[in-house]
Amino acid sequence: MGLMRQLDSGARAVFPAAFTVFLLVMAAVPVGVPGLVVAVAVPSVFFWTVFRPGAMPPPIVFALGLLQDLLGFTPLGSGGLILLLVHGVALRGRTWLARASFLWGWLAFCAVAAGAMLLGWLFQALLGWQRPPFVPGLALFGIMAGGYPALAFVLSRMHMAMQRAEDALR
Amino acid sequence: MIRLSIPLRQALARLSLPVLIAVAFGTMLLGRADALLVERARMVLADALTPIWAAVQEPVTAVRQGVEEVQSLWYLRSENARLTEENDRLRRWQAAALALEAENALLRRQLSWIPDPTPQFRTARVVADGGGTYARAVLLATGPQHDIRKGQVALDERGFVGRVTEVGARSARVLLATDINSRVPVIIEGSRARAMMVGGNTARPRLQHWPEGVQPRDGDRVVTSAEAGAFPAGLPVGVVRRTAGGAAEVELFAQLERLDVLRLFDFGLAGILPPEAVARPEPRGRR
Repeated sequence: MGLMRQLDSGARAVFPAAFTVFLLVMAAVPVGVPGLVVAVAVPSVFFWTVFRPGAMPPPIVFALGLLQDLLGFTPLGSGGLILLLVHGVALRGRTWLARASFLWGWLAFCAVAAGAMLLGWLFQALLGWQRPPFVPGLALFGIMAGGYPALAFVLSRMHMAMQRAEDALR
Repeated sequence: MIRLSIPLRQALARLSLPVLIAVAFGTMLLGRADALLVERARMVLADALTPIWAAVQEPVTAVRQGVEEVQSLWYLRSENARLTEENDRLRRWQAAALALEAENALLRRQLSWIPDPTPQFRTARVVADGGGTYARAVLLATGPQHDIRKGQVALDERGFVGRVTEVGARSARVLLATDINSRVPVIIEGSRARAMMVGGNTARPRLQHWPEGVQPRDGDRVVTSAEAGAFPAGLPVGVVRRTAGGAAEVELFAQLERLDVLRLFDFGLAGILPPEAVARPEPRGRR
């Protein structure tokens, strides 16, 4: 394998993680919607786990979770745990999810996002030792579920472009 | 790269998820045990990313200003009528204020009043959302050489915003008055009753613990109180709004959803110390 080709495949391998880091950092820019960092992390990990699990292994997911916690001032480790669980669930269902229609994928993501939101609320309650309000959690779920189609559209374009490049090499 | 046999690699791949879940649990406990370490890690990351955020902030601000421009063009007529009415009202207030100012100066001369020193302040730009789903905070780009300290009071052009809770090398975090952990001692002007303003992650913090016999009335002005030595007295905070359920809330003067530049005041107060500055109880020796 030539150097250029190696660089090319290397770039494809790190792209999902690097793009997620980029999205996380950009989501921290204040636009008037709080909690956007979490709302970007969960769908990204879900999408790449389903369609490109090789580029989203557990250590990367854990590191993304740490970054999310440091950016979003959530209890350190809780974001990593939630993302790892999202990753685990998506990995279990990926044989079905990768072939399912978009609508089913969206519905499955909504269920995963609801679970992630509930877990986040629970960790916040346990680690802060007070009952956090529930409405921000619901708003977060709304942003995640509502924003998934747009994000998935962009990500699937990128995924297809990478797949075309891989097919061309074969 | 180390070459591993395929079964070993598969076993490692299968093990990594449960092991990392355990590590995440451990990190959670570590974060609870050593809050200072986590805080330092956060501020190092914030320091590193602040220049990027500051650069991205420019187009975001431009877009927001464009949208506001379009909105103001759309509502030009009604806005004009409102401003004319407000101008009339303010003119009356200006006359009253000038009269009061003259009277105040006269009285101060008679009482040999020692004026409060004018506080020092620095201005810093808001570059990132320092909160999240369950916290309300903003991150400021402060530049490399700054003298911002924890506990300084942040105000926007209209009123009280919050306090500095974490300081990095080129960034600082301000906990907003609406955060669930925010407690601000306030005075309800008019009745001069003291109360606590308690954030709840909603747009309007609630008033609590006012003295018996006094009821905060709708429209009463709320200012900070010097109680506990954390804030100077008299900073403008907001006005009292009673909800349909009868709870007293404060509508803040500051526009927390569109903060762009904050003034950080150094009043030289160290009333409420940050957690790590609080002396741990010494182990009691045998007597």
